[in-house]
Formats: sequence, structure tokens, C-alpha cells
Amino acid sequence: MIRFILRRLLQAVPTLLAVVTVSFFLMRLAPGGPFDLERPLAPVAMENLRRVYGLDRPLLAQFGSYLAALARGDLGPSFSFRDQSVLDLIARGLPVSATLGALALGLATVLGVGLGIAAALRRGRFVDRLLGFGAALTLSLPSFVVAPLLQIAFGLTLRWLPLGGWGDGAPSHLILPVVTLALPQVGALARLTRASLAEALRTQPVRTMRSLGLPPARVTRHALRGALLPVVAYLGPLAAALLTGSVVVETIFGLPGIGRYFVEGALNRDYTLVMGTVLLVAGLVILLNLAADLACAWLDPRLRVAA
Amino acid sequence: MTATRSVPGPARRAVLRFARERTALAALAVLILIALACLVGPGLTGHDPERAYPDLRQLPASLTAQPDAERLRPALERLAFRMRARLDAVERDGDTMRLTLASDAGVDRRSLVYLPRSALFGTPVVVDERDGGRGLVVAVPIRRLHFPLGTDIQGRDLLTRCLVAGRISLAIGLAASLVALLIGVAYGATAGFVGGAVDAAMMRGVDVLYALPFVFFVILLLVFFRPSLLLMLVAIAAVEWLDMARVVRAVTLSLRERDFVRAARALGLGTPRILLHHIVPNTLGPVTVTATLLVPQVILLESFLSFLGLGVQEPQTSWGVLIAEGARSIEAAPHLLAAPAAFLIATLVALNLIGDGLADALDPRGD
Repeated sequence: MIRFILRRLLQAVPTLLAVVTVSFFLMRLAPGGPFDLERPLAPVAMENLRRVYGLDRPLLAQFGSYLAALARGDLGPSFSFRDQSVLDLIARGLPVSATLGALALGLATVLGVGLGIAAALRRGRFVDRLLGFGAALTLSLPSFVVAPLLQIAFGLTLRWLPLGGWGDGAPSHLILPVVTLALPQVGALARLTRASLAEALRTQPVRTMRSLGLPPARVTRHALRGALLPVVAYLGPLAAALLTGSVVVETIFGLPGIGRYFVEGALNRDYTLVMGTVLLVAGLVILLNLAADLACAWLDPRLRVAA
Repeated sequence: MTATRSVPGPARRAVLRFARERTALAALAVLILIALACLVGPGLTGHDPERAYPDLRQLPASLTAQPDAERLRPALERLAFRMRARLDAVERDGDTMRLTLASDAGVDRRSLVYLPRSALFGTPVVVDERDGGRGLVVAVPIRRLHFPLGTDIQGRDLLTRCLVAGRISLAIGLAASLVALLIGVAYGATAGFVGGAVDAAMMRGVDVLYALPFVFFVILLLVFFRPSLLLMLVAIAAVEWLDMARVVRAVTLSLRERDFVRAARALGLGTPRILLHHIVPNTLGPVTVTATLLVPQVILLESFLSFLGLGVQEPQTSWGVLIAEGARSIEAAPHLLAAPAAFLIATLVALNLIGDGLADALDPRGD
């Protein structure tokens, strides 16, 4: 078990290295730099700035020192936020994104899995068809349409909820972004749960249990355990995507999360900030995928042997 | 099915089963309608997508002909001002207006050209001249313009723009999906068929790519290099082929040991030929389902990028671009968001439902 975790973490190193390399050279090959302002700086000032931040050195040397700093856990200073390190910014943005993401993940999981079970138990009946259509609909609602509509309905017309902003995490500020984030995932999870459970209910052991006269609730619970495997596997990357923030939702609702910092960083050519956010996302994807695999192994003993 | 007729083959059975999926059939009809409308519709609405009517900005969706009674007077006042004339009297007689224009310096007949130029009126005819040229009575026909979905901030017909935008959105959706499909099928079939260490290495590569925050890379790519259709197409295809590769590999693994593949190998066929003639045709079922569900994802990603201003650029337009425009003026004119969003959502829902129906129809246990 421990060896399995360690091996997976070790395998993550080349992946993260690939992320660092690709994003580093992608940014440096792109035209423009972090100090290109609307009014160009004096050449001397530009030269000094570039020297202070080490941008005048050869590209490979810069890459080397970035990796060396990274190994010490230092993500470097931000180029566009004066006197702040990238770690500071992430420490400020991550709680915002993670709060929203965790709430959205919880909401989507409860609703999605619940509706999926309801549909699978009534396969082919009206409820199933209705839920199937609902799932296809929520999957097709882009967040950049839902968010403005929610703002209009609950923020401007009814005036129940604030239009945007973080408000220090006050619940009223969280509702609209969380709903926007969760909505498409409700459909995705419901569809996945339905397909998986419907198949599990058709397997021989379950049919045998039913024919032996076991109570339906127990049969369902038994089938559910195996049927949740693909759902749990899907929750890993989903959690990573939700916890690290959504660029659109954070932009529309004006939330100071990771997604905003990433966009600001990309627009301002803030090399270190972009690298930091991308690395954070990649790291979380790997960690949460590992967590999902462990949860699957806990649900299904057969997978423990394979691992 | 009577006993004398042969048992339908798997493909025919799938088609028959799909024909029973009423929801999916309805979705297919909706999709065909939208595609046809986007293809031929812009020529039938009577408006050029770029033609702006400055006097008819942000009209709500309505079937009444424009300019209607409410907008006629202000539009005429503005035109008269431009002609440096007073509007002394306005009478309406069916589709013709009788205007009495007056100016102390004399009404310049050449300025009458402003009337047809506004696109709201036809060619004016001078009926009468008064006070030695200082007054002019003009009969001018009213044009009847229709804007079923209203007009945008610049006074362009929203329906025409939605349809033209749909061409780009659908084209990108299909093209990027096709590229992703080709990469995914080739990669997955090769990995699954060759197997062993090659398969392990290839799928390990897919795992690594899955862990990359691709949407972030796509945004970086489009922020740093000038957004263009081709770049976006490549970026989207690069993100979306992974699922396809996994699906095809899984199917190929099970096909590899089947007798007809072994027979082909025993006959001495090379790997490329076996892949092309025996493996790939047999993966078509799952591939079709995955591809149908891939297209809406691609369209969604395209609109997402266009919404952020990183995708399709003016003067070209896509649903994402129109939605972004609508979101900016949502308080003043919510229909600017609603119309393109309805097109986008209807298309995505239809594609998702067709995908679901296909998945059910192609499921061999469905009988």
C-alpha cells in the first residue's frame, strides 16, 4: 500500500517536470515580456529590471535556477504583484477557489449520484427518461451562460443575492458561483452513476440475490458498491478541476481565486505566477487522481491485487 | 420480422434500434434543422450579417415589421436634422409617408438621399414645392424590415448573426472532433494491437497528458500567440483526443485475440493492413458514440475560448463571441445573450441526446 503510493508519487515527478518545461519555454518563446507597459520604460530602467529578475541571463541558465528554486519549494517572486511572492498569492487565492470547489463538489456529488441511482432503479421509465434529458441539458449549459443569467435573476431582479465579489466568504456570496460550478457536474455524475448502476443491477450475482428474495434495498446497496467505481474514478480529476477554480466563474463573479491569478498572470506575462498556478493545478490533479485510485481499491478488493 | 427474411446484421439492427429511440430521433431532427438553418438561413433572412441599422439598435425580438410606429418619428427627426430641415408635418398613408420638410435656407434636394441611405425608407419622390424651395413635400415609401430575434448593439440583425456564427461553431466542432478522432483512433488502435511494452509506454504517455492542465495550456497558447482559427483548432484537437485513444485501445485489446484477426495474421497480413481492414472497422460502434459526445465538448470549449476573447476573432463570429457580447449588455437587452445561448444549448443538448441514443442502440445487450 505504502509502496504503491510512493511509486505513484515518484511517477509524478516526470509529469510535473514536463509541465514545468512546457510552460516555461512556451512563455519564453512567446512575444512580449513582463515589463512591456503601455508607455515603454526607458531602456536603462528596462535593463535594470531585467537584471534584477534575472531575465538577462541565458534561457537555459534561467530554467536551471528556476528548477533549483523549485526544488527548495520556492516559486519565486511575482512579476506583476509588487513585493509579493507567488507562494503568497497562491496562499491567498487557493482558499477562495478551494472553498467554492469543495462546496460545488459536495453539491454535485450528492445530487448527481442520488439522481443517477433514482434513474437506474427506474430504468426505461418516465423518471429515467426525464432525468436523462435533464442530465443532457445541464451538461450542455455553459457556465458563461448560466452565470450571467443567475446574476440577472437573483442579483438584479430579485435582489436576494450579491452580484459578485468574495465578501470574505460570506455564504450569500458563495451560492451563485457554487451553483454555477456544480450544475454541469450534476448531469455528468447522474449519467455516469445511472449507466454504471444499471449495468451492475443486470449482473448474475445481483440477479441471484434478488431471486433469493433479499430485500431490494440490500440488493441495491450491494450493487452500488461496485457501481460507484467509475464514479469515484471520475471524482478525482473533477475535484482537481473544481478545487483549482474555474477561470470563467471567477472572472464573471469577480472572485480572487487561482483561476483569476492565472488569467492575470498570463495577460501580464507574469512568468512565475503562471508557472506557479499551472504547477499547483498539475500537482493537485496527480494527488487527487491517486486519492481516487486508493478509494477505488478500498471499494473493490480485486483492484488491490492489481495495484 | 417474418421467418422468410434473413436476420438483419448488426449494423442494421443498430439502425433499427436507434429508430426506436424517440428522444434521440427528435434530437437528430433538431440538429439537422439547426445545421440547415445555419447553412442556408443567412441568405434568406434578408440582412447581411454585417449590415448595421443605426436607427434600430437593440430591438427586442418581435415579428412586427420595422420601423414600427414608435420608432418612425424619432428616426425621421434624426434624418431631418441631418438634412438641416424641420419636420413640419408627417402623415402616414399605408406604407407611404408624406413628409413636409422646411428650412429657411431652402431644402437641398440632394440631401433627400439620406432617406434611402438609412435603409428604413425607399426612394423619395418630391410631390410639391412651397415657398420657393423653402418647403418641400415628399412622399417616401417605408421599408418593411423584419428582425425576428431583434438587433444587437450596433443594430445588426441578431438572427442572421446567430446563423452565421453557427456555421463557424459547427465547423470548428466538426473539424476539431475529426482531427481528435483520427489521432485517437490511430493511437489507440496501434497501442492496443501492438500491445506489450509499446502499449504500456503509449498509455503511460496518455496518463501523463491527462494530468496536464490542458485548458490552462490552451489559454496560455492563445494569450501569447495571436489567436487564430487554425491555432485554436490544433489546440482543441490536442486536448480532446485522449478519451478516444483510451476507448479505441480498450476495444482493440478485446478484438486482438478474436479468430478473424488471428486468421488475418496467419494469412500473413502486415500490421497496418490488419489495423485498417479488421480492427478499425470493428471499433466503429464505440468510436461513433464517443465522437458524438466529443463534438459538443469541442463546441463548448470553442465557445468558452471565444467567450474569453481568445477564440474566434472579429469580423468572424461564433456563438461564444455573440454570448460574450450579450453578457456585456445583459441588463439593457437580455435577448442578446438569450438568442445565441439558445442556439448553442439546443445544439449541445441535441448532440448529447443523440450520443446517448447511439450508445443504447449500439449496446449489443440491448435486444
